Amino acid sequence: MDRIDEDKPLDRRAVIGFLAKAGVGAAAFLCGGAGVANAVLEPAPAGSAAPGGSGPVPGYDWTKHRWGFGVDATRCIGCLRCAVACKQENNVAFDPHHFRTWVERYAYVDGSDKPLIDSQADPANIAAAGRPDNYRFDNRYAEVKVDKAFFVPKLCNHCTRPACVQVCPTGATYKSVDGAVLIDHDYCIGCRYCIQACPYGARFFNEERQVTDKCTWCYHRITKAMMPACVEVCPASARIFGDLNNPHSAISEFIHENRVEVLRPETGNGPNVFYVGIDKEVN
Amino acid sequence: MDELFQSQSFIGYVYPNETVMPWGVLIVIYPYLTGLVAGAFTVSSLYQVFGIKRLRPVAHFALLTSLCLMIFVPTPLLLHLGHPERALNAVLTPHTTSAMAMFGFAAGFYILLLLVETWFVFRPYIVQQAQSRQGPLGLFYRALTLGSYDLSEKAMRHDRGWIFMLAIIGIPGAHGLHGYVGFVFGSLKSREWWSSDLMPPIFLFSAIISGTALLIVLYVLSCWLRRKPVDLSCLKAMAYSLWGFLMFTLLLEGVELASLVYRGREGIDMIMNYISGPAFLPFIVLQLGIGATVPIVILSFVFWRGTTGRALATAILVSAALVMLEVLMMRWNVVIGGQEISKTGKGLLTYALEIFSKEGIVGASCVLAAPFILLLFVVRLFPPWEDASSEAH
Repeated sequence: MDRIDEDKPLDRRAVIGFLAKAGVGAAAFLCGGAGVANAVLEPAPAGSAAPGGSGPVPGYDWTKHRWGFGVDATRCIGCLRCAVACKQENNVAFDPHHFRTWVERYAYVDGSDKPLIDSQADPANIAAAGRPDNYRFDNRYAEVKVDKAFFVPKLCNHCTRPACVQVCPTGATYKSVDGAVLIDHDYCIGCRYCIQACPYGARFFNEERQVTDKCTWCYHRITKAMMPACVEVCPASARIFGDLNNPHSAISEFIHENRVEVLRPETGNGPNVFYVGIDKEVN
Repeated sequence: MDELFQSQSFIGYVYPNETVMPWGVLIVIYPYLTGLVAGAFTVSSLYQVFGIKRLRPVAHFALLTSLCLMIFVPTPLLLHLGHPERALNAVLTPHTTSAMAMFGFAAGFYILLLLVETWFVFRPYIVQQAQSRQGPLGLFYRALTLGSYDLSEKAMRHDRGWIFMLAIIGIPGAHGLHGYVGFVFGSLKSREWWSSDLMPPIFLFSAIISGTALLIVLYVLSCWLRRKPVDLSCLKAMAYSLWGFLMFTLLLEGVELASLVYRGREGIDMIMNYISGPAFLPFIVLQLGIGATVPIVILSFVFWRGTTGRALATAILVSAALVMLEVLMMRWNVVIGGQEISKTGKGLLTYALEIFSKEGIVGASCVLAAPFILLLFVVRLFPPWEDASSEAH
């Protein structure tokens, strides 16, 4: 998947540059592409990709957006296509110890008031998948009475007051103007203090590059008007992404129409992944 | 990828990314070394600033010990970094909200202070050697004089003023440096085991006892090696100081544990499982029991009985060695223990100590031993003992 997208952004970048030079503006491109596939975001305000825009991506103006993410846990079927797509898109090692996104399974069995919890990284689930480049949940509850069970997708919460950013000694990890928490891999010293500070376990150490890594909401995609890979592949529309500045975006409507909650609000971090349909035991 | 990292086994539910622990044994060594620096400096200051004359035999040795340890404090951090070549980023472009970013400045300032104070303390000896020695060593001492050969009473009075002032600045410097290390852990809200306002004072007091205990051990060992009698008055003064600060440390650690349990916030069940299970030996038995309670009992007993002579020296030496174990285990239980309790509050991990890897026990032991090897050379260049250089002090 990352191979396919490796070509696409290059083409798009060239097209954006051409359009900008021609004085047409990249907004027209974004609007024009909106109907092509569900991989494309809702139309962005005019001038959002104006040449000379701010931020780390040329031609993208991060002052024009405020990204947000929604998870409708009632829709998640635990197929784990998101976890696989994320690893492919972002070159994350295919092992059970490094994830930018993962899915948790909660099962209340035989009248217990405490759920049994596992994720695709559970050794039994890894064994059930049988392949290093794939994930699946095993069928461990086939023989027991399950009172209630559900899946909860997890990812970086791109907090408003991120503890990881607060503790970074160099400022290599930072809160971008559009809301995404990013890492400058060329500046990170690899001290791993941010991994410790994140209460959600969303960060991991990339041994190959010797720097910290985590979900960026597929920043390389969203700045080119595409959806994050996990959102794009979700067959159940359990993952919702969009621009909070746009009142008609999928995420704005998701928050408007549902009573959403966030994980660990008591930390004061101000998470920006909004959940529907989770349970008291989810944190 | 398997050979690039070490994953940890777990029970219950832990976040998938937690199965690779970010901080290993090198980060255990780092606060241990910093604590020894602060503690050794405290003993030096008790003589230089507070005028406790009984500590005179170890005052200069304490300063050298503190300096040698401080030189190696950044080593475990640099070895741990994924990109040590970028370490200066934290100093050149520090992120001011980061507790860790201030380390470079605090450590740099403190190393400088220690170097200057040591120079003033040993200046008479340096001048004397510069004037009497030939060859490379003579050149070395002549360079160290920095062109100042004046040993007149006026110059010495001036030096004493500087030493006093530097020692006074050094007290908040050394203790601030170590209190800050406690803050690095205590300020994180992601782990219940770390998130405590008591963490900085616990680190501080444990630092003082570890440095004092280290000096006791090194002083007694050096007396044996030099075949000199142990100054029991000095040893007893250090033991009193150790006993008092140890009481404070144990009290703080007890209060911290009690509030953790009494608050009983989310995840407390798993913490209790941890304390009564995997942490029982390193935390309850080694840290609080053998490392803290036993030395308090031993020291209280010898003080009460008025024990003296070789028995007193042995009792104090054993107690000091146990206190050094206590503080090492405290660092271990904070750094490793904190990571063994999952952030989910629903699972426990087991840290697998490696042997030869970058974060292995062999490397960590070398880092821990390095300052003492340096100290062996430094005490030859700058003899801190009264008997060896009485004419210099």
